[in-house]
Amino acid sequence: MDNNPENKDKYFERKKDDAMKVCKKIFSLLLFFAFSISAWGQNGNKTTQMEDTMRSNGRIYVVVAVMLTILTGLILYMVRLDRKISKLEKETK
Amino acid sequence: MIIDEKNYMHKSWWKIASALLLIYTFVCGLLLDVPNLPALEETIRNLYFHVGMWFCMMTLFILSVINSIRYLRSFSLKYDIYARQYATVGIVFGLLGYLTGAIWMSYTWADPNNPSFQSFSAVAREPKLIGTAIALLIYFAYLILRDSITDIDKRARISAVYNIFAFAMLFPTIWIVPRLLPSLHPGGQSGNPALDTRDIDHRMLAVFYPAVVGWTLLGVWITTLKIRINILKEKKMMQ
Repeated sequence: MDNNPENKDKYFERKKDDAMKVCKKIFSLLLFFAFSISAWGQNGNKTTQMEDTMRSNGRIYVVVAVMLTILTGLILYMVRLDRKISKLEKETK
Repeated sequence: MIIDEKNYMHKSWWKIASALLLIYTFVCGLLLDVPNLPALEETIRNLYFHVGMWFCMMTLFILSVINSIRYLRSFSLKYDIYARQYATVGIVFGLLGYLTGAIWMSYTWADPNNPSFQSFSAVAREPKLIGTAIALLIYFAYLILRDSITDIDKRARISAVYNIFAFAMLFPTIWIVPRLLPSLHPGGQSGNPALDTRDIDHRMLAVFYPAVVGWTLLGVWITTLKIRINILKEKKMMQ
């Protein structure tokens, strides 16, 4: 999505296309959520052993975190493949 | 001659939609409440993943046969590539459905007093298992038939016709026969498969439908990448 072989030398000046902008927005939104989740565990200073979000409900959130990591990894890999193929298509044209 | 134009394969909105729907499926599918069903308990959450595989497979096979018909109407070789790749990825999702079903079955249908391999004779009578195995083997035969013919036009024409036959066999093997016989799956001789409101309620449907769409879009995404690579390969051969 960020491929622009015509003006490779103007790396900083070239414009990002719309898809890249959308991706950035989504990524920053996800980052925001990640920080807010870690903030939930901070308030309430309990004395019992480590009762934060990640350890509640039979630690199901740990499973969610692991599965989300795998899913994100796979999706990022798909995006990378997609961009590589787009590049190849541009080169063969 | 293969001419590629910019089409849905180069759009990114549906790929982003697929990613977001899958993230939603993973989070809500694990965290939201589910009805407590006998024997199933928390494993009913597998509905979002196991059944999602079958919906995705079915959609990809439908897209495959549509492209075979498009080839037979236009004799444009790109539709032959489309049909073949949709069928391949459909098979991959079918195999994933089979594997996930095998794990799920081991802890629900299999007799809890015996190890799961000892209750195999009971589980292997399941008509949906046999029917799906037949359907997948028919699609394996499609790949073998198509790739064993070297003449490009003959290959495309014969495999397109075979693909229509394969698609026609999907319906008796997956949809009709398993519903006429007694079955361990929901929707055997009575009831509605997977979408019976006595089994799952609206809370689950709110995750299930997005899950199906997300998985299907992911399957289409993988297929479009394979199609684009294969069109590039064809072009290179023509040069």
